Amino acid sequence: MVFFRKKKDMPNGLWVRCDGCKGVVYKKTVEERMFVCPDCNHHFRIFSKDRLNFLLDENSFEEFWENMVPCDPLHFKDRITYPERVAAEQKKTGLKEAAIVGQGKIEGKPVMVGITDPSFIMGSMGAVVGEKIARIAEKATELRLPLIIISGSGGGARMQEGVFSLMQMAKTSAAIGRFQDAGGLYISVLTDPSLGGVMASFASLADVTIAEPRALIGFAGPRVIQETIRRSLPKGFQTAEFLLEHGFLDRIVHRQDMRKEISKLLDYLQNKK
Amino acid sequence: MVEKSVAELENLVLEVEHQIKDVEGACQKDGVDRSVELKVLRERYEALHEKLRSRLTPYDIVKLARHPLRPLTADYISMIIEDFVELHGDRHFGDDKAIICGLGSIGQERFLFIGQQKGKSTKERIACNFGMPNPEGYRKALQKMMLAEKFGLPIVTLIDTPGANPDIGAEERGQACAIAENIYKMCRLKTPIVNIVIGEGGSGGALGIGIGDKFAILEFAYYSVISPEGCAAILWKNGENASEAASALQLTARDLLRFGVADEILPEPLGAAHKNPRAMADSIKAYIVRCLKELKGIPIEDLLESRYNRYKRTGKYLELG
Repeated sequence: MVFFRKKKDMPNGLWVRCDGCKGVVYKKTVEERMFVCPDCNHHFRIFSKDRLNFLLDENSFEEFWENMVPCDPLHFKDRITYPERVAAEQKKTGLKEAAIVGQGKIEGKPVMVGITDPSFIMGSMGAVVGEKIARIAEKATELRLPLIIISGSGGGARMQEGVFSLMQMAKTSAAIGRFQDAGGLYISVLTDPSLGGVMASFASLADVTIAEPRALIGFAGPRVIQETIRRSLPKGFQTAEFLLEHGFLDRIVHRQDMRKEISKLLDYLQNKK
Repeated sequence: MVEKSVAELENLVLEVEHQIKDVEGACQKDGVDRSVELKVLRERYEALHEKLRSRLTPYDIVKLARHPLRPLTADYISMIIEDFVELHGDRHFGDDKAIICGLGSIGQERFLFIGQQKGKSTKERIACNFGMPNPEGYRKALQKMMLAEKFGLPIVTLIDTPGANPDIGAEERGQACAIAENIYKMCRLKTPIVNIVIGEGGSGGALGIGIGDKFAILEFAYYSVISPEGCAAILWKNGENASEAASALQLTARDLLRFGVADEILPEPLGAAHKNPRAMADSIKAYIVRCLKELKGIPIEDLLESRYNRYKRTGKYLELG
């Protein structure tokens, strides 16, 4: 499952157009390369379940609190109601919410894992995402296991839950704080896109922060910045490479090397307490 | 009878306000007792205000929070704080004028003060970047907060920002990182913290100095995950639906109290804070003193535990099956 753009001129299903180089590439080759373009190394957006499969040992993942669903505390309605939007997103993605959390293994080493999926209401953080991230951090503290959170969120905080979603930034940061106090290892993996309230809370609070190549990462979205300053943005602005250059990332890691690299970090940074 | 519009009510209020002034002036001149007349006028004045207050829409309140005459952090510093010693700079990059930090006292209470500043004149507004802090502003606040923790001073923050600065430089210097770091550290800071929203509580930019043990909001201030204009542009695809968005977001003081996000609403003087800044300042001052006295008595471990739970309990969700 992948966000391949549906192009009408594409022969059905065999070929895809790469968003990076705009070239037409053989779909099977892309899939074999973990949805990375063989020509330009563009990392396609993928679903959270695929990411977990790529990262974790086979059949090692056990999901926690998978039946948590959002409420509608504000009775929010824009052009449609919030429950209608949630139902539509659930149907579209097969997910109950934007975050999946649980326990798994990487090359035999047990880890706590959280992931947010940008395909579900832009991966925005409402009460369910906040609660799941906070709980997995608490569980990692309790079981003294390393914590890996893979962020993908174009939305940041979820508007439809109003100030409650803003408070999730505090909730998740506080839980990460306790985990850090207890001496746990937290690795944050930033994927395309990681913006707003997610970046201004748990995603930025890791011991080691890594990102996929060319992922869009920042606080304000590029469109908001462009509308505010009324001039065009520099090339490569807010990409992973831009963040690395400005000192906000430890490493940029290719999707195919991610599992190996994280495993190496887990070996180096073991808790001696 | 046709309901009067907000504008008509405002005009009536002004009219009665003038009448009261005229009568008071006349009394001073000739010394005649007009107390009955004055009482009637004042009652009418208050009744009109009450009516006006009940008619304000959430978007009217957002506009009041942004009123050009609304008292700002610097005004409250001069009206509330004795012996203010401003402390500048983040020790890394610069001194952000959108966040004022300093040591201050009210009577026996000493504390670190942090407040977001918008500026009044055009020149000031530009210098303060209209109250939109840069990463160095958040880092400056954090550096001073660490100082307060070290020397056992409680912290008082006044929140008044449309949001953190969205521009190229802010991104280059790690806006998201700076805000995240502040939230994270404030959750664990071993000293009492009091937060008061005095005008605009704009999203992450507000939260960057907005974690604490007590949270109050002025009656016509707001606190929101996104500006009504931004929300309307995204969800309605049209910035003109800002009024609808403001209602949908439930961002007023009353909403926040109902949600348990705010502990208290500080009522504003008749006609809002800008009509009587001194009265507003006195009420803020009393709140600060009351909170600091109360928080001082709580052991720090208990305080940190309840601060943690304050955020842990927010947000509603369902767990099925």
